[in-house]
Amino acid sequence: MQLKNRHIVGWLEAAPLAVVLLGFLIAPIIMIVIVSFWGATEFSIYPAFQFDNYEFLFGSPVTYRVFGATLKYAFITWALTLAIGFTVAYFLAFHVRSLTMQIALFLVCTIPFWTSNIIRMISWIPFLGRNGIANQTLISWGVIDEPLEWLLYSDFAVILAFVHLYTLFMVVPIFNTMMRIDKSLLEAARDNGASGFQTLVHVIIPLTKPGIMIGTIFVVTLVMGDFITVRFMSGSQRANVGRLISNDIGLLQYPSAAATAVVLLCTVLIVIAILLRFVNIRKEL
Amino acid sequence: MAKPKVGYTRRSLLKTGGAALAASTLPAPMLWAQDTKNIVLRQFGTGVSNLNDVANKVKEDLGFTLEMTALDSDSVTQRAATQPDSFDIADIEYWICKKVWPTGNLQAMDTSKIANYDKIVGIFRSGKLTPESEIAQGTAPHTVGFVDGPDGTSFASEETGWMTLIPTIYNADTLGIRPDLIGRPIESWTELLNPEFKGKASILDISSIGIMDMAMVCEAMGEIQYGDKGNMTREEIDKTMAIFTEAKRNGQFRAFWKTFDESVNLMASGEVVIQSMWSPAITAVKSRGIPCVYQPLKEGYRSWGGGIGLSSSLSGMELDAAYDYINWYLSGWVGGYLMRQGYYSAVPETSKDFMSENEWGYWFEGKEATDVITSPTGDTLAQAGETRDGGSFYDRMGAVACWNAVMDENQYMVRKWNEFIAA
Repeated sequence: MQLKNRHIVGWLEAAPLAVVLLGFLIAPIIMIVIVSFWGATEFSIYPAFQFDNYEFLFGSPVTYRVFGATLKYAFITWALTLAIGFTVAYFLAFHVRSLTMQIALFLVCTIPFWTSNIIRMISWIPFLGRNGIANQTLISWGVIDEPLEWLLYSDFAVILAFVHLYTLFMVVPIFNTMMRIDKSLLEAARDNGASGFQTLVHVIIPLTKPGIMIGTIFVVTLVMGDFITVRFMSGSQRANVGRLISNDIGLLQYPSAAATAVVLLCTVLIVIAILLRFVNIRKEL
Repeated sequence: MAKPKVGYTRRSLLKTGGAALAASTLPAPMLWAQDTKNIVLRQFGTGVSNLNDVANKVKEDLGFTLEMTALDSDSVTQRAATQPDSFDIADIEYWICKKVWPTGNLQAMDTSKIANYDKIVGIFRSGKLTPESEIAQGTAPHTVGFVDGPDGTSFASEETGWMTLIPTIYNADTLGIRPDLIGRPIESWTELLNPEFKGKASILDISSIGIMDMAMVCEAMGEIQYGDKGNMTREEIDKTMAIFTEAKRNGQFRAFWKTFDESVNLMASGEVVIQSMWSPAITAVKSRGIPCVYQPLKEGYRSWGGGIGLSSSLSGMELDAAYDYINWYLSGWVGGYLMRQGYYSAVPETSKDFMSENEWGYWFEGKEATDVITSPTGDTLAQAGETRDGGSFYDRMGAVACWNAVMDENQYMVRKWNEFIAA
């Protein structure tokens, strides 16, 4: 009797979360998968079970190029946000001594995030433009004679915006894991004659891996799912998978958009599965 | 909030007195019934003519309430086709009408109830601006403007007395240029792909309109001879896209734009010196003091027209109110308002009464402005001595090469367009 009660209580305790996940995560995904097999006319969609959408998707060389571009953006952004994010977190965790100062500086990092994503992104446009501040400054310094065209509406601009937008997602988890590293381990390393660099490579980085991995998952999924940054910063000249989907939706081709979304979801899941092979996050949390 | 009081207070006397005064001084064609005030008509459409000023003026002149919803043209099409009960009045373009009419969600309008029907310009009736005009390619308004009877489902080839849309607003579109940054005359659509403007050109990322601009360019280049630009074959679509994809890969385009504001910013900042553009966007660039020309080109204009259609569920007093609204729309005030933005009214002669002689001369007759020209919102658009780009109404609307259209191969085109954007 006692045991049975415990079972019921357990189920009841898990129920709210299960219901939320079922209703807001599983059901929508199932719906997207179902719609991806439907057909579409110009202004409506009709139930069917056909592979047209997938056929068109996999049959077009554009798809492969766009998926390639998406992975490229994800990889470059990941490398840059990791380098910057790790450095900032390292500075905050090990160079700043007082806790008050650490918290204060950490809050300073978050200040830009009090404004909207889009505003932070769009404010780059007048800065980088042909007649923008960056070009005018460089010309007045005599560094260049002609405005640099590649500053705006290019891959450079897209990645710059991504790095600017998403570095904090790297800083936070890395800082968090670094703060939990037992300081006596660092002292032990030094007592045993390790140089600063050796401590970094052999002690800090291995212990920070879970944070790096969480940050990586954040950045990779955000970049792979993005469409608006690519649209604005490339002036619609470049495309990633998110833009394929948003174009389809704009043209009322929901089934085609759903098929692309399913393929994107699988790609992201595979990427994350590979990442998790390297580090067991659950063990570290 | 004060509680409502029974009997007359000073305030309520003032209010009713004011209303009575307004009623007696305004010679508006009102159904002066208490019920009219409770009528609400729901209108939706693209942003061009969904103006709050119009709704306010309707309330003032006709007494009933007009609720406006502005959407982009894809959403407008979808809503008109799939949600007939969500609107009373659809403010749509003629090519959207071609898609939506077969769904039976709109009802034909009796032209005998339209007071100014005889004064509507020829484009929307016989298809000819003047008796000598040739009819342009694409979805020309008169081809989808009439049906056989109140319940007609297929379009009639001539005037039948039953109209699908009452035309309200239209214009002739062309390329916008920055004359100060180009420094030489631009005369042809081919200039959009001229390598001279590499990295400084743009087109709009709205498939149904962008494809027509592309077709104008390809035809002008002599690369493709279209049977009908408004109804391309798959091969024609493929060839058109191939030419533009190559240009895109070669870096011809600085950016593509999707919204009005984007086109204004690209032009005003000098990122782009030649691009497809809409008339009010040119106005917006000019009002910042930056030279910008809506360049007439020798191959002609790409034109578009919009009109209002009535939901098939409208009946009784609401239907009467809708007819009042249509008659009011064509009676001049709205026309004058739109024409002072650079659009044209379906019944230009009634709009004349709502424009100054200078404005009429500048916008419609293509004459030199005798005084400063301002927009309805007060921005200066032209100084005395300037003339409108492209000249008079007959010069501009007489040189239309094609109308915005919806093709039989629309879905194929849309997919190809998506590929072009992603290429």
